[in-house]
Amino acid sequence: MINIIVFSLIGLGVLFAVARLLIGPTPADRVVSLDTFNIIVIGIIALLANLFKNSLYLDIAIVYAILAFIETIVFARYLEGRHGDC
Amino acid sequence: MEIVSYVFMIIGGAFYLLGGLGILRMPDTFNRIQAGTKATTLGAFALLIGVGIANPDWILKVLLIIIFIAISNPIGSSALAKATYLSSELPNNLVQDDLHELLGGKKHDTN
Repeated sequence: MINIIVFSLIGLGVLFAVARLLIGPTPADRVVSLDTFNIIVIGIIALLANLFKNSLYLDIAIVYAILAFIETIVFARYLEGRHGDC
Repeated sequence: MEIVSYVFMIIGGAFYLLGGLGILRMPDTFNRIQAGTKATTLGAFALLIGVGIANPDWILKVLLIIIFIAISNPIGSSALAKATYLSSELPNNLVQDDLHELLGGKKHDTN
């Protein structure tokens, strides 16, 4: 029951973030909503670990967090428009 | 103990919902960065603490994820804010603009 409530709240959050990802007027808006979406997915993976009682899902969440951070930084560098130097 | 973990999980889910709502409803990109990263950071903390309380064996992994999010998320949002400043039009209701002066432009005080 509690799991259904929590997953419903998170699902609404994902829905709003994806809506902004689709309608966002500038590319920066889309990258921001993608960053939010990544953090929400980390929470969903942790909840799945709790639901299935399997701690391997937490390893997936760690790797996903690292990849999401790299993705955010790469998109930010790309939006700045300086492709070569860093 | 189960009740406490459920309370933390519901707080985390509510903050995720508020973060998504802020992403959708805020008027310009800087406000969206604020809502989308700060609210979801608190939501992730609360939800992961709830999972860690429900399963005390996993507390080390959960703390590792929490520390990583606490380090990486402000860095990411700061890089996104700078990229937004450099790439798109600024909103016309800015009160103060220090980065313009830091990047070599001349000082203009709109106060």
